[in-house]
Amino acid sequence: MKFFGFVVVCLVGGLLLYGTADFPDWGDPDSPASTHLSDIYIEHAFEQTQVPNIVTAILADYRGFDTMFETAVIFCAGLACFLLLRDFKERKERFYRHVPTGVILHVKNSKKALRVGRDFEHIDKDWIPSDLIIKTVCRILIPFIQIYALYVVAHGDFSPGGGFQGGVIFGSSLILLAISYDLKILVRRIKEKVLGICAAAGVLVYVGIAAICMPMGKSFLDYSALEMFVFDPHHVRALGMLGVEIGVGIAVAAVMAIIYINIVSEGRHDEGL
Amino acid sequence: MPWQIDMIVLFFVILCAVAAITVKDLLSTAILFGAYSFMMCLLWAVMGAVDVAFTEASVGAGVSTVFFVAAVFRTSRRTKD
Repeated sequence: MKFFGFVVVCLVGGLLLYGTADFPDWGDPDSPASTHLSDIYIEHAFEQTQVPNIVTAILADYRGFDTMFETAVIFCAGLACFLLLRDFKERKERFYRHVPTGVILHVKNSKKALRVGRDFEHIDKDWIPSDLIIKTVCRILIPFIQIYALYVVAHGDFSPGGGFQGGVIFGSSLILLAISYDLKILVRRIKEKVLGICAAAGVLVYVGIAAICMPMGKSFLDYSALEMFVFDPHHVRALGMLGVEIGVGIAVAAVMAIIYINIVSEGRHDEGL
Repeated sequence: MPWQIDMIVLFFVILCAVAAITVKDLLSTAILFGAYSFMMCLLWAVMGAVDVAFTEASVGAGVSTVFFVAAVFRTSRRTKD
């Protein structure tokens, strides 16, 4: 069976390689995409949208529908992760640590709960003493990572990046907090409800900006209809794209956190990596 | 761009891909996937697709590795085949 699978894989791989031989060369000026489409974008993207980064102009304006449904797909991924994994049952046994002595208590009765405060703290089942170096380095790094994420979202028009990448970077800063400290700290700081609302609100911001264009007399996703809302009508398309990118960023950051929390705690949101 | 760099990076991409499916330890596989994504990111950057390279670096090498590690943490670390 293994040999048979190997043969099939080799055949399919050979077919794929054979198929790629017909592709145009990398950067070939005579390829179909370069002869018709790219010229128009390169020549007219800046004067039509006032956005220096053509990739962002194509993704958020010319191909706005694609990006809108991509955001919806990301939202669906978070929703699926939540629906599959979320487990609302409380864990029966709990572990506490007596802070002054370091004695660990294992409470098997689910009704009995110790008061967590100065004397006792919750710990995970496989608890390792947290490292001072890791904690300190992450505490210094996380704010910079988050500022960088906001920069990536805000500068999507001018430099590489945009809502998706910025959202992923922001989400990974939250994940870094959970890894370096404790999952409980992240769950306590940012409630599950807030994450869910953020994920849905991001998609709603995108669709909302797109839909507002219709009562203003233009078609769906035509940002030039928003002229009366912005202070700089010349750059209305760039500002419309910025609003859309912010929506994408919010949705992606929340979904990344939702997926991580649900996977790492098996849906119980109590203990994890 | 000198073609030698392309070839070296491409060699490492294939090496990481082959290693990722042969290694028995799933945690190593997650790390190898991260390395694979990073090499692909370098390739995109060499080809001038900076936006794609950025996405590959943040999603492929960053977040998806963490998701793999989290999944390995909650399941088993060794594969049977």
